[in-house]
Amino acid sequence: MIIDLARFVEKERPHWKALEKALDGIQSQTLDLSDLKESRRVLALFQRACSDLARVGQANAEPELRIYLEALVARGYGEIHSAQTYVSRFRPLHWFLRIFPQTFRRQVWAFYLSVTLTAVGMLVGGILLVADSDGRQVALSPFPHVANQTPSERVADEEKAERSKLEMFEERKTSFSAGLMANNIGVSIKAMALGLTWGVGTALLLFYNGVILGAVCLDYMLDGQTVFLLGWLLPHGSFEIPAILIGGQAGFVLARALIGWGTRDGIRSRLRIVVPDLATLIGGVALMLVWAGIVEAFFSQYHAPILPYWVKITFGSGELCLLTAFLWLGGAKGQNKEAAP
Amino acid sequence: MSTPRSTTAMLHISTPEGVTFSLPLAGPVPRAVALMVDYAVMMLIMKALMMATGLLAVVSHDAGLAGQVLSQFILSFGYGSICELLFNGQTLGKRVLGIRVMDERGLRLRPSQVIIRNLLRIVDMLPMFYAVGGVFCLFSRRSQRLGDLAAGTVVVRTVKMTAPDIAGIMGGKYNSFRQHPHLEARLRQKITPDEAQLALAALVRHEELETQAVVKLFAEMAARFRAKVKFPDETEFGLSDEQYVRNVVDSLYRRAGKV
Repeated sequence: MIIDLARFVEKERPHWKALEKALDGIQSQTLDLSDLKESRRVLALFQRACSDLARVGQANAEPELRIYLEALVARGYGEIHSAQTYVSRFRPLHWFLRIFPQTFRRQVWAFYLSVTLTAVGMLVGGILLVADSDGRQVALSPFPHVANQTPSERVADEEKAERSKLEMFEERKTSFSAGLMANNIGVSIKAMALGLTWGVGTALLLFYNGVILGAVCLDYMLDGQTVFLLGWLLPHGSFEIPAILIGGQAGFVLARALIGWGTRDGIRSRLRIVVPDLATLIGGVALMLVWAGIVEAFFSQYHAPILPYWVKITFGSGELCLLTAFLWLGGAKGQNKEAAP
Repeated sequence: MSTPRSTTAMLHISTPEGVTFSLPLAGPVPRAVALMVDYAVMMLIMKALMMATGLLAVVSHDAGLAGQVLSQFILSFGYGSICELLFNGQTLGKRVLGIRVMDERGLRLRPSQVIIRNLLRIVDMLPMFYAVGGVFCLFSRRSQRLGDLAAGTVVVRTVKMTAPDIAGIMGGKYNSFRQHPHLEARLRQKITPDEAQLALAALVRHEELETQAVVKLFAEMAARFRAKVKFPDETEFGLSDEQYVRNVVDSLYRRAGKV
Protein backbone atom coordinates (compact mmCIF):
# COMPACT_ATOMS: atom_id res chain seq x y z
CA MET A 1 0.00 0.00 0.00
CA ILE A 2 2.62 2.55 1.03
CA ILE A 3 5.32 3.06 -1.58
CA ASP A 4 8.91 3.91 -0.73
CA LEU A 5 8.50 7.63 -1.17
CA ALA A 6 12.12 8.62 -0.65
CA ARG A 7 13.28 6.26 -3.38
CA PHE A 8 10.37 7.19 -5.59
CA VAL A 9 11.14 10.92 -5.34
CA GLU A 10 14.85 10.31 -5.82
CA LYS A 11 14.21 8.27 -8.96
CA GLU A 12 11.58 10.52 -10.52
CA ARG A 13 12.89 13.96 -9.57
CA PRO A 14 15.22 14.28 -12.64
CA HIS A 15 12.25 13.62 -14.95
CA TRP A 16 10.10 16.21 -13.14
CA LYS A 17 12.91 18.75 -13.36
CA ALA A 18 13.31 17.98 -17.07
CA LEU A 19 9.58 18.51 -17.59
CA GLU A 20 9.69 21.79 -15.64
CA LYS A 21 12.60 22.95 -17.84
CA ALA A 22 10.75 21.94 -21.01
CA LEU A 23 7.61 23.78 -19.89
CA ASP A 24 9.70 26.88 -19.15
CA GLY A 25 11.08 26.57 -22.67
CA ILE A 26 7.61 26.34 -24.21
CA GLN A 27 6.45 29.35 -22.21
CA SER A 28 9.47 31.47 -23.15
CA GLN A 29 9.19 30.13 -26.72
CA THR A 30 12.76 28.82 -26.73
CA LEU A 31 11.55 25.25 -27.17
CA ASP A 32 9.98 24.40 -30.50
CA LEU A 33 7.28 21.75 -30.27
CA SER A 34 7.06 21.52 -34.06
CA ASP A 35 10.24 19.43 -33.80
CA LEU A 36 8.74 15.93 -33.65
CA LYS A 37 11.60 14.43 -31.62
CA GLU A 38 11.39 17.21 -29.04
CA SER A 39 7.60 17.11 -28.81
CA ARG A 40 7.72 13.31 -28.27
CA ARG A 41 10.25 13.79 -25.47
CA VAL A 42 8.09 16.45 -23.74
CA LEU A 43 4.98 14.31 -24.13
CA ALA A 44 6.77 11.31 -22.64
CA LEU A 45 7.90 13.42 -19.67
CA PHE A 46 4.37 14.71 -19.17
CA GLN A 47 2.87 11.23 -19.35
CA ARG A 48 5.45 10.02 -16.85
CA ALA A 49 4.47 12.85 -14.46
CA CYS A 50 0.79 11.89 -14.94
CA SER A 51 1.62 8.30 -14.12
CA ASP A 52 3.59 9.41 -11.03
CA LEU A 53 0.61 11.47 -9.88
CA ALA A 54 -1.65 8.44 -10.28
CA ARG A 55 0.77 6.28 -8.24
CA VAL A 56 1.11 8.90 -5.51
CA GLY A 57 -2.67 9.29 -5.38
CA GLN A 58 -3.19 5.54 -5.00
CA ALA A 59 -0.55 5.32 -2.30
CA ASN A 60 -2.29 8.03 -0.27
CA ALA A 61 1.13 9.61 0.04
CA GLU A 62 2.49 12.79 1.49
CA PRO A 63 0.17 15.68 0.50
CA GLU A 64 2.98 18.07 -0.35
CA LEU A 65 4.31 15.68 -2.97
CA ARG A 66 0.85 15.21 -4.43
CA ILE A 67 0.27 18.98 -4.53
CA TYR A 68 3.61 19.43 -6.30
CA LEU A 69 2.80 16.76 -8.86
CA GLU A 70 -0.70 18.11 -9.41
CA ALA A 71 0.75 21.57 -10.07
CA LEU A 72 3.31 20.09 -12.47
CA VAL A 73 0.70 18.04 -14.33
CA ALA A 74 -1.68 21.05 -14.41
CA ARG A 75 1.03 23.19 -15.96
CA GLY A 76 2.01 20.48 -18.43
CA TYR A 77 -1.60 19.87 -19.38
CA GLY A 78 -2.12 23.58 -20.06
CA GLU A 79 0.97 23.88 -22.23
CA ILE A 80 0.73 20.58 -24.11
CA HIS A 81 -3.00 20.35 -24.76
CA SER A 82 -3.59 24.01 -25.68
CA ALA A 83 -3.82 24.78 -29.37
CA GLN A 84 -3.48 28.57 -29.27
CA THR A 85 -0.27 30.51 -29.66
CA TYR A 86 1.27 33.06 -27.33
CA VAL A 87 0.48 36.79 -27.45
CA SER A 88 3.87 37.61 -28.95
CA ARG A 89 2.84 35.71 -32.08
CA PHE A 90 -0.15 37.99 -32.51
CA ARG A 91 -0.18 39.65 -35.96
CA PRO A 92 -2.08 42.95 -35.63
CA LEU A 93 -2.46 43.63 -39.36
CA HIS A 94 -3.68 40.14 -40.12
CA TRP A 95 -6.08 40.37 -37.18
CA PHE A 96 -7.51 43.74 -38.22
CA LEU A 97 -7.66 43.22 -41.98
CA ARG A 98 -8.85 39.60 -42.01
CA ILE A 99 -10.05 38.31 -38.66
CA PHE A 100 -12.09 41.37 -37.68
CA PRO A 101 -14.24 41.57 -40.86
CA GLN A 102 -14.60 37.77 -40.93
CA THR A 103 -15.85 37.81 -37.33
CA PHE A 104 -18.20 40.69 -38.13
CA ARG A 105 -19.76 38.69 -40.97
CA ARG A 106 -19.94 35.48 -38.93
CA GLN A 107 -22.06 37.30 -36.34
CA VAL A 108 -23.78 39.70 -38.74
CA TRP A 109 -27.25 38.70 -37.46
CA ALA A 110 -26.45 40.55 -34.23
CA PHE A 111 -25.37 43.63 -36.21
CA TYR A 112 -28.72 43.65 -38.02
CA LEU A 113 -30.45 43.42 -34.64
CA SER A 114 -28.42 46.42 -33.41
CA VAL A 115 -29.36 48.37 -36.54
CA THR A 116 -33.05 47.48 -36.15
CA LEU A 117 -33.18 48.57 -32.49
CA THR A 118 -31.36 51.82 -33.26
CA ALA A 119 -33.73 52.47 -36.18
CA VAL A 120 -36.75 51.89 -33.92
CA GLY A 121 -35.21 54.29 -31.42
CA MET A 122 -34.68 56.88 -34.18
CA LEU A 123 -38.31 56.53 -35.18
CA VAL A 124 -39.45 57.07 -31.59
CA GLY A 125 -37.06 60.06 -31.30
CA GLY A 126 -38.56 61.54 -34.44
CA ILE A 127 -42.11 61.04 -33.17
CA LEU A 128 -41.21 62.64 -29.82
CA LEU A 129 -39.74 65.61 -31.65
CA VAL A 130 -42.75 66.33 -33.84
CA ALA A 131 -45.36 65.44 -31.17
CA ASP A 132 -44.93 68.65 -29.12
CA SER A 133 -42.30 71.02 -27.75
CA ASP A 134 -41.97 69.03 -24.51
CA GLY A 135 -41.10 65.98 -26.58
CA ARG A 136 -38.27 67.93 -28.24
CA GLN A 137 -36.89 68.95 -24.84
CA VAL A 138 -37.04 65.34 -23.63
CA ALA A 139 -35.45 63.85 -26.73
CA LEU A 140 -32.64 66.41 -26.87
CA SER A 141 -32.13 66.70 -23.10
CA PRO A 142 -28.60 65.17 -23.17
CA PHE A 143 -27.51 68.10 -25.39
CA PRO A 144 -28.83 71.35 -23.83
CA HIS A 145 -26.90 73.47 -26.37
CA VAL A 146 -28.86 71.74 -29.16
CA ALA A 147 -32.18 71.78 -27.29
CA ASN A 148 -32.00 75.48 -26.41
CA GLN A 149 -31.30 76.64 -29.97
CA THR A 150 -33.01 76.00 -33.26
CA PRO A 151 -30.74 74.23 -35.77
CA SER A 152 -30.72 77.37 -37.95
CA GLU A 153 -29.49 79.47 -35.03
CA ARG A 154 -26.76 76.95 -34.29
CA VAL A 155 -25.66 76.74 -37.93
CA ALA A 156 -25.51 80.53 -38.12
CA ASP A 157 -23.40 80.61 -34.93
CA GLU A 158 -21.04 77.93 -36.23
CA GLU A 159 -20.59 79.59 -39.63
CA LYS A 160 -19.95 83.01 -38.11
CA ALA A 161 -17.58 81.67 -35.49
CA GLU A 162 -15.21 84.36 -34.48
CA ARG A 163 -11.50 83.96 -34.98
CA SER A 164 -10.93 83.99 -31.20
CA LYS A 165 -13.43 81.11 -30.73
CA LEU A 166 -11.69 79.08 -33.43
CA GLU A 167 -8.30 79.79 -31.90
CA MET A 168 -9.63 78.61 -28.52
CA PHE A 169 -10.78 75.37 -30.12
CA GLU A 170 -7.44 74.97 -31.90
CA GLU A 171 -5.78 74.99 -28.50
CA ARG A 172 -7.80 72.07 -27.13
CA LYS A 173 -8.64 69.85 -30.06
CA THR A 174 -6.14 67.09 -29.15
CA SER A 175 -7.62 66.70 -25.66
CA PHE A 176 -11.12 66.98 -27.17
CA SER A 177 -10.23 64.12 -29.51
CA ALA A 178 -8.87 62.03 -26.63
CA GLY A 179 -12.01 62.68 -24.60
CA LEU A 180 -14.21 61.58 -27.51
CA MET A 181 -12.23 58.37 -27.98
CA ALA A 182 -12.35 57.48 -24.28
CA ASN A 183 -16.07 58.23 -23.99
CA ASN A 184 -17.13 56.38 -27.14
CA ILE A 185 -14.98 53.32 -26.49
CA GLY A 186 -16.40 53.27 -22.95
CA VAL A 187 -19.96 53.31 -24.35
CA SER A 188 -19.14 50.46 -26.77
CA ILE A 189 -17.63 48.36 -23.98
CA LYS A 190 -20.77 49.02 -21.94
CA ALA A 191 -22.95 47.96 -24.89
CA MET A 192 -21.05 44.67 -25.06
CA ALA A 193 -20.90 44.08 -21.30
CA LEU A 194 -24.63 44.67 -20.91
CA GLY A 195 -25.08 41.56 -23.03
CA LEU A 196 -24.70 39.83 -19.64
CA THR A 197 -28.23 41.05 -18.85
CA TRP A 198 -29.44 38.62 -21.54
CA GLY A 199 -29.18 41.50 -23.98
CA VAL A 200 -31.80 43.70 -22.29
CA GLY A 201 -29.25 46.34 -21.26
CA THR A 202 -27.65 46.35 -24.71
CA ALA A 203 -31.06 46.74 -26.38
CA LEU A 204 -32.00 49.65 -24.09
CA LEU A 205 -28.68 51.40 -24.69
CA LEU A 206 -29.00 51.10 -28.48
CA PHE A 207 -32.64 52.18 -28.39
CA TYR A 208 -31.78 55.24 -26.28
CA ASN A 209 -28.92 56.19 -28.62
CA GLY A 210 -31.37 55.81 -31.52
CA VAL A 211 -33.92 58.12 -29.85
CA ILE A 212 -31.35 60.92 -29.49
CA LEU A 213 -29.91 60.39 -32.96
CA GLY A 214 -33.37 60.35 -34.55
CA ALA A 215 -34.49 63.50 -32.73
CA VAL A 216 -31.31 65.45 -33.60
CA CYS A 217 -31.40 64.42 -37.27
CA LEU A 218 -35.09 65.22 -37.73
CA ASP A 219 -34.69 68.52 -35.88
CA TYR A 220 -32.05 69.67 -38.39
CA MET A 221 -33.94 68.28 -41.40
CA LEU A 222 -37.23 69.96 -40.48
CA ASP A 223 -35.37 73.24 -40.04
CA GLY A 224 -33.88 72.94 -43.54
CA GLN A 225 -30.34 72.23 -42.33
CA THR A 226 -29.86 68.78 -43.88
CA VAL A 227 -26.65 69.77 -45.68
CA PHE A 228 -25.09 71.11 -42.45
CA LEU A 229 -26.21 67.95 -40.62
CA LEU A 230 -24.61 65.68 -43.21
CA GLY A 231 -21.45 67.78 -43.26
CA TRP A 232 -21.28 67.72 -39.46
CA LEU A 233 -22.20 64.06 -38.85
CA LEU A 234 -20.88 62.09 -41.81
CA PRO A 235 -17.09 62.55 -41.41
CA HIS A 236 -16.95 61.07 -37.90
CA GLY A 237 -20.40 59.46 -37.69
CA SER A 238 -19.64 57.13 -40.60
CA PHE A 239 -17.23 55.35 -38.23
CA GLU A 240 -18.65 56.27 -34.81
CA ILE A 241 -22.23 55.07 -35.34
CA PRO A 242 -21.27 51.72 -36.94
CA ALA A 243 -18.73 51.23 -34.14
CA ILE A 244 -21.39 51.63 -31.45
CA LEU A 245 -23.62 49.27 -33.46
CA ILE A 246 -20.80 46.69 -33.55
CA GLY A 247 -20.41 47.14 -29.77
CA GLY A 248 -24.12 46.29 -29.53
CA GLN A 249 -23.52 43.37 -31.90
CA ALA A 250 -20.94 41.99 -29.46
CA GLY A 251 -23.48 42.43 -26.64
CA PHE A 252 -26.09 40.41 -28.51
CA VAL A 253 -23.58 37.69 -29.37
CA LEU A 254 -22.83 37.39 -25.65
CA ALA A 255 -26.55 37.42 -24.81
CA ARG A 256 -27.28 34.65 -27.32
CA ALA A 257 -24.52 32.51 -25.84
CA LEU A 258 -26.03 33.02 -22.38
CA ILE A 259 -29.56 32.22 -23.51
CA GLY A 260 -28.45 29.28 -25.65
CA TRP A 261 -30.75 29.97 -28.54
CA GLY A 262 -30.15 27.69 -31.52
CA THR A 263 -27.65 25.29 -29.95
CA ARG A 264 -27.63 22.24 -27.72
CA ASP A 265 -24.22 22.98 -26.20
CA GLY A 266 -23.95 23.75 -22.48
CA ILE A 267 -23.58 27.35 -21.33
CA ARG A 268 -19.84 27.03 -20.68
CA SER A 269 -19.20 25.62 -24.16
CA ARG A 270 -21.37 28.30 -25.76
CA LEU A 271 -19.52 31.09 -23.99
CA ARG A 272 -16.17 29.49 -24.78
CA ILE A 273 -16.99 29.56 -28.49
CA VAL A 274 -17.98 33.24 -28.61
CA VAL A 275 -15.26 34.74 -26.37
CA PRO A 276 -12.68 35.16 -29.20
CA ASP A 277 -15.37 36.79 -31.37
CA LEU A 278 -16.27 39.22 -28.57
CA ALA A 279 -12.64 40.24 -28.09
CA THR A 280 -12.17 40.68 -31.85
CA LEU A 281 -15.33 42.76 -32.26
CA ILE A 282 -14.56 45.06 -29.33
CA GLY A 283 -10.93 45.42 -30.45
CA GLY A 284 -12.06 46.45 -33.93
CA VAL A 285 -14.57 48.87 -32.42
CA ALA A 286 -11.83 50.51 -30.34
CA LEU A 287 -9.70 51.11 -33.46
CA MET A 288 -12.68 52.50 -35.38
CA LEU A 289 -13.44 54.89 -32.54
CA VAL A 290 -9.85 56.11 -32.38
CA TRP A 291 -10.20 57.11 -36.03
CA ALA A 292 -13.65 58.66 -35.39
CA GLY A 293 -12.26 60.69 -32.47
CA ILE A 294 -9.45 62.08 -34.62
CA VAL A 295 -11.83 62.99 -37.46
CA GLU A 296 -14.41 64.55 -35.12
CA ALA A 297 -11.88 66.81 -33.42
CA PHE A 298 -9.68 67.69 -36.39
CA PHE A 299 -12.19 67.74 -39.25
CA SER A 300 -15.89 67.65 -38.28
CA GLN A 301 -15.78 70.80 -36.15
CA TYR A 302 -14.78 73.01 -39.09
CA HIS A 303 -17.69 74.29 -41.12
CA ALA A 304 -18.22 76.47 -44.21
CA PRO A 305 -16.78 78.81 -45.21
CA ILE A 306 -13.55 77.35 -43.73
CA LEU A 307 -14.35 73.87 -45.00
CA PRO A 308 -17.03 73.58 -47.72
CA TYR A 309 -19.83 71.16 -46.91
CA TRP A 310 -19.38 69.24 -50.15
CA VAL A 311 -15.83 68.37 -49.08
CA LYS A 312 -17.04 67.11 -45.72
CA ILE A 313 -19.95 65.16 -47.19
CA THR A 314 -17.77 63.61 -49.90
CA PHE A 315 -15.14 62.66 -47.30
CA GLY A 316 -17.75 61.15 -44.96
CA SER A 317 -19.52 59.27 -47.76
CA GLY A 318 -16.19 57.91 -48.98
CA GLU A 319 -15.38 56.69 -45.47
CA LEU A 320 -18.76 54.99 -45.18
CA CYS A 321 -18.31 53.22 -48.55
CA LEU A 322 -14.82 52.09 -47.57
CA LEU A 323 -16.01 50.83 -44.18
CA THR A 324 -18.91 48.94 -45.76
CA ALA A 325 -16.60 47.34 -48.31
CA PHE A 326 -14.08 46.49 -45.59
CA LEU A 327 -16.65 44.87 -43.28
CA TRP A 328 -18.44 42.92 -45.99
CA LEU A 329 -15.50 41.99 -48.19
CA GLY A 330 -12.40 42.18 -45.95
CA GLY A 331 -10.64 38.85 -45.49
CA ALA A 332 -13.09 37.12 -47.84
CA LYS A 333 -10.32 35.91 -50.18
CA GLY A 334 -9.19 32.51 -49.05
CA GLN A 335 -11.64 32.46 -46.13
CA ASN A 336 -13.09 29.10 -47.19
CA LYS A 337 -9.61 27.67 -47.53
CA GLU A 338 -8.74 28.86 -44.00
CA ALA A 339 -11.94 27.39 -42.61
CA ALA A 340 -11.30 23.99 -44.18
CA PRO A 341 -9.77 21.44 -41.79
CA MET B 1 -7.84 15.82 11.19
CA SER B 2 -8.83 17.40 7.89
CA THR B 3 -6.42 18.59 5.24
CA PRO B 4 -6.88 21.89 3.35
CA ARG B 5 -8.23 19.79 0.50
CA SER B 6 -11.47 19.11 2.33
CA THR B 7 -12.16 22.69 3.42
CA THR B 8 -11.24 24.59 0.24
CA ALA B 9 -13.22 24.75 -3.01
CA MET B 10 -11.23 22.87 -5.60
CA LEU B 11 -11.12 22.80 -9.38
CA HIS B 12 -10.91 19.18 -10.55
CA ILE B 13 -9.65 18.51 -14.06
CA SER B 14 -9.32 15.11 -15.73
CA THR B 15 -6.72 14.79 -18.48
CA PRO B 16 -6.89 12.49 -21.52
CA GLU B 17 -3.96 10.64 -19.88
CA GLY B 18 -6.49 9.39 -17.32
CA VAL B 19 -5.36 11.34 -14.27
CA THR B 20 -7.28 13.93 -12.32
CA PHE B 21 -5.57 16.91 -10.76
CA SER B 22 -7.04 19.46 -8.41
CA LEU B 23 -6.23 23.11 -7.90
CA PRO B 24 -7.40 25.19 -4.92
CA LEU B 25 -9.76 28.00 -5.95
CA ALA B 26 -9.31 31.49 -4.55
CA GLY B 27 -12.28 32.75 -2.57
CA PRO B 28 -13.79 36.26 -2.61
CA VAL B 29 -11.65 37.53 0.31
CA PRO B 30 -8.15 37.09 -1.21
CA ARG B 31 -9.54 38.33 -4.51
CA ALA B 32 -10.93 41.47 -2.88
CA VAL B 33 -7.63 42.12 -1.09
CA ALA B 34 -5.74 41.61 -4.38
CA LEU B 35 -8.09 44.11 -6.00
CA MET B 36 -7.35 46.67 -3.30
CA VAL B 37 -3.61 46.18 -3.82
CA ASP B 38 -4.17 46.63 -7.56
CA TYR B 39 -6.11 49.84 -6.98
CA ALA B 40 -3.23 51.16 -4.88
CA VAL B 41 -0.78 50.23 -7.67
CA MET B 42 -3.02 51.85 -10.28
CA MET B 43 -3.13 55.04 -8.23
CA LEU B 44 0.67 55.08 -8.08
CA ILE B 45 0.97 54.47 -11.82
CA MET B 46 -1.62 57.19 -12.44
CA LYS B 47 0.36 59.57 -10.28
CA ALA B 48 3.51 58.80 -12.31
CA LEU B 49 1.62 59.22 -15.58
CA MET B 50 0.21 62.55 -14.39
CA MET B 51 3.73 63.74 -13.72
CA ALA B 52 4.87 62.54 -17.15
CA THR B 53 1.93 64.18 -18.92
CA GLY B 54 2.56 67.27 -16.79
CA LEU B 55 6.01 67.45 -18.39
CA LEU B 56 4.36 67.05 -21.80
CA ALA B 57 2.05 69.93 -20.89
CA VAL B 58 5.11 72.20 -20.68
CA VAL B 59 5.52 71.69 -24.42
CA SER B 60 1.79 71.63 -25.22
CA HIS B 61 -0.99 72.05 -22.67
CA ASP B 62 -3.47 70.38 -25.02
CA ALA B 63 -1.26 67.35 -25.61
CA GLY B 64 -0.66 67.04 -21.87
CA LEU B 65 -4.38 67.03 -21.18
CA ALA B 66 -4.99 64.50 -23.96
CA GLY B 67 -2.27 62.30 -22.49
CA GLN B 68 -3.95 62.44 -19.09
CA VAL B 69 -7.37 61.52 -20.49
CA LEU B 70 -6.02 58.61 -22.54
CA SER B 71 -3.67 57.26 -19.89
CA GLN B 72 -6.46 57.29 -17.29
CA PHE B 73 -8.75 55.44 -19.71
CA ILE B 74 -6.15 52.88 -20.75
CA LEU B 75 -5.13 52.28 -17.14
CA SER B 76 -8.69 51.77 -15.90
CA PHE B 77 -9.61 49.33 -18.69
CA GLY B 78 -6.20 47.90 -19.56
CA TYR B 79 -4.26 47.41 -16.31
CA GLY B 80 -5.79 44.01 -15.54
CA SER B 81 -5.62 42.75 -19.11
CA ILE B 82 -2.05 43.85 -19.74
CA CYS B 83 -0.74 42.44 -16.44
CA GLU B 84 -2.57 39.13 -16.80
CA LEU B 85 -1.41 38.74 -20.40
CA LEU B 86 2.21 39.49 -19.59
CA PHE B 87 2.58 37.82 -16.18
CA ASN B 88 0.90 34.45 -16.61
CA GLY B 89 -2.54 35.42 -15.29
CA GLN B 90 -1.31 37.61 -12.46
CA THR B 91 -1.62 41.29 -11.65
CA LEU B 92 0.63 42.70 -8.96
CA GLY B 93 -2.15 42.33 -6.39
CA LYS B 94 -2.74 38.70 -7.37
CA ARG B 95 0.98 38.01 -7.19
CA VAL B 96 1.15 39.44 -3.67
CA LEU B 97 -1.84 37.33 -2.59
CA GLY B 98 -0.53 34.20 -4.32
CA ILE B 99 -3.44 33.79 -6.73
CA ARG B 100 -3.68 33.74 -10.52
CA VAL B 101 -6.23 33.57 -13.33
CA MET B 102 -6.38 30.38 -15.34
CA ASP B 103 -8.61 28.70 -17.89
CA GLU B 104 -11.41 26.76 -16.22
CA ARG B 105 -10.49 23.68 -18.28
CA GLY B 106 -6.85 23.89 -17.24
CA LEU B 107 -5.69 24.87 -20.72
CA ARG B 108 -3.46 27.81 -21.52
CA LEU B 109 -5.13 31.15 -20.86
CA ARG B 110 -6.20 32.74 -24.17
CA PRO B 111 -5.68 36.50 -24.68
CA SER B 112 -9.37 36.86 -25.61
CA GLN B 113 -10.35 35.36 -22.25
CA VAL B 114 -8.17 37.84 -20.37
CA ILE B 115 -9.56 40.80 -22.32
CA ILE B 116 -13.21 39.80 -21.93
CA ARG B 117 -12.99 38.97 -18.19
CA ASN B 118 -11.48 42.41 -17.59
CA LEU B 119 -13.88 44.35 -19.82
CA LEU B 120 -16.94 42.69 -18.28
CA ARG B 121 -15.73 43.92 -14.90
CA ILE B 122 -17.96 46.99 -15.42
CA VAL B 123 -21.03 44.79 -14.90
CA ASP B 124 -19.50 43.00 -11.90
CA MET B 125 -18.86 46.41 -10.32
CA LEU B 126 -22.56 47.33 -10.44
CA PRO B 127 -24.28 48.94 -8.62
CA MET B 128 -21.23 49.72 -6.43
CA PHE B 129 -18.28 48.05 -4.65
CA TYR B 130 -18.40 44.92 -6.85
CA ALA B 131 -21.78 43.93 -5.44
CA VAL B 132 -22.89 41.88 -8.47
CA GLY B 133 -19.49 40.21 -8.92
CA GLY B 134 -19.14 39.59 -5.17
CA VAL B 135 -22.52 37.90 -4.88
CA PHE B 136 -21.86 35.70 -7.92
CA CYS B 137 -18.42 34.83 -6.57
CA LEU B 138 -19.89 33.82 -3.21
CA PHE B 139 -22.54 31.56 -4.65
CA SER B 140 -20.66 30.20 -7.67
CA ARG B 141 -19.37 26.65 -7.33
CA ARG B 142 -16.06 27.77 -8.86
CA SER B 143 -15.94 31.19 -7.13
CA GLN B 144 -16.44 32.93 -10.47
CA ARG B 145 -17.68 36.47 -10.97
CA LEU B 146 -19.75 37.20 -14.10
CA GLY B 147 -16.68 38.18 -16.11
CA ASP B 148 -15.02 34.87 -15.22
CA LEU B 149 -18.12 32.91 -16.11
CA ALA B 150 -18.36 34.57 -19.53
CA ALA B 151 -14.64 34.27 -20.27
CA GLY B 152 -14.35 30.69 -18.95
CA THR B 153 -11.72 31.58 -16.37
CA VAL B 154 -11.20 30.83 -12.68
CA VAL B 155 -8.89 32.32 -10.08
CA VAL B 156 -6.77 29.71 -8.31
CA ARG B 157 -4.24 29.81 -5.51
CA THR B 158 -0.70 29.38 -6.81
CA VAL B 159 1.05 26.23 -5.67
CA LYS B 160 4.75 26.17 -4.93
CA MET B 161 6.62 24.12 -7.49
CA THR B 162 9.29 22.36 -5.42
CA ALA B 163 9.36 18.65 -4.81
CA PRO B 164 9.33 17.87 -1.05
CA ASP B 165 12.49 16.44 0.51
CA ILE B 166 11.16 13.17 1.87
CA ALA B 167 14.58 11.53 2.08
CA GLY B 168 15.68 14.22 4.52
CA ILE B 169 12.99 13.42 7.09
CA MET B 170 15.27 11.26 9.19
CA GLY B 171 17.83 14.04 9.17
CA GLY B 172 20.68 11.49 9.19
CA LYS B 173 19.66 10.07 12.59
CA TYR B 174 19.71 6.36 13.37
CA ASN B 175 16.34 4.61 13.62
CA SER B 176 16.56 2.30 16.62
CA PHE B 177 13.35 0.50 15.52
CA ARG B 178 15.33 -1.18 12.74
CA GLN B 179 16.75 -3.57 15.36
CA HIS B 180 13.25 -5.10 15.61
CA PRO B 181 12.07 -5.99 12.08
CA HIS B 182 9.18 -8.10 13.40
CA LEU B 183 7.84 -5.10 15.38
CA GLU B 184 8.30 -2.83 12.38
CA ALA B 185 6.27 -5.32 10.32
CA ARG B 186 3.52 -5.23 12.97
CA LEU B 187 3.67 -1.43 12.85
CA ARG B 188 3.07 -1.52 9.06
CA GLN B 189 0.12 -3.82 9.64
CA LYS B 190 -1.54 -1.84 12.40
CA ILE B 191 -1.06 1.73 11.23
CA THR B 192 -3.57 2.86 8.63
CA PRO B 193 -2.49 4.77 5.49
CA ASP B 194 -4.27 7.87 6.81
CA GLU B 195 -2.33 7.78 10.07
CA ALA B 196 0.91 7.28 8.15
CA GLN B 197 0.13 10.19 5.88
CA LEU B 198 -0.71 12.38 8.86
CA ALA B 199 2.57 11.55 10.59
CA LEU B 200 4.56 12.25 7.43
CA ALA B 201 2.75 15.56 6.90
CA ALA B 202 3.45 16.54 10.53
CA LEU B 203 7.17 15.90 10.03
CA VAL B 204 7.35 17.74 6.71
CA ARG B 205 5.45 20.75 7.99
CA HIS B 206 6.33 20.98 11.66
CA GLU B 207 8.38 24.12 11.05
CA GLU B 208 5.21 25.91 9.90
CA LEU B 209 3.52 25.29 13.27
CA GLU B 210 3.98 26.97 16.63
CA THR B 211 6.38 25.26 19.07
CA GLN B 212 3.73 24.37 21.65
CA ALA B 213 1.41 22.96 18.98
CA VAL B 214 4.28 20.85 17.60
CA VAL B 215 5.05 19.43 21.06
CA LYS B 216 1.39 18.58 21.66
CA LEU B 217 0.92 17.10 18.18
CA PHE B 218 3.92 14.77 18.41
CA ALA B 219 2.99 13.76 21.98
CA GLU B 220 -0.48 12.69 20.83
CA MET B 221 0.86 10.88 17.79
CA ALA B 222 3.58 9.07 19.73
CA ALA B 223 1.03 7.97 22.35
CA ARG B 224 -1.25 6.63 19.62
CA PHE B 225 1.56 4.68 17.94
CA ARG B 226 2.88 3.37 21.27
CA ALA B 227 -0.58 1.98 22.02
CA LYS B 228 -0.54 0.04 18.73
CA VAL B 229 2.91 -1.55 18.97
CA LYS B 230 5.08 -1.77 22.06
CA PHE B 231 8.85 -1.58 21.43
CA PRO B 232 11.29 -2.73 24.16
CA ASP B 233 12.04 -0.09 26.83
CA GLU B 234 15.75 0.07 25.96
CA THR B 235 14.85 0.90 22.33
CA GLU B 236 12.50 3.70 23.35
CA PHE B 237 14.80 5.02 26.07
CA GLY B 238 15.73 8.67 25.58
CA LEU B 239 13.57 9.10 22.45
CA SER B 240 11.63 12.35 22.24
CA ASP B 241 8.05 12.14 20.96
CA GLU B 242 9.11 13.79 17.70
CA GLN B 243 11.96 11.30 17.19
CA TYR B 244 9.57 8.46 17.98
CA VAL B 245 7.21 9.61 15.23
CA ARG B 246 10.22 10.07 12.91
CA ASN B 247 11.26 6.47 13.55
CA VAL B 248 7.73 5.25 12.89
CA VAL B 249 7.54 7.14 9.58
CA ASP B 250 10.94 5.83 8.52
CA SER B 251 9.85 2.28 9.36
CA LEU B 252 6.61 2.70 7.40
CA TYR B 253 7.91 4.39 4.27
CA ARG B 254 11.31 2.70 4.01
CA ARG B 255 11.48 0.08 1.32
CA ALA B 256 11.05 -3.35 2.82
CA GLY B 257 14.38 -5.03 3.44
CA LYS B 258 16.40 -1.83 2.89
CA VAL B 259 18.80 -1.04 5.70
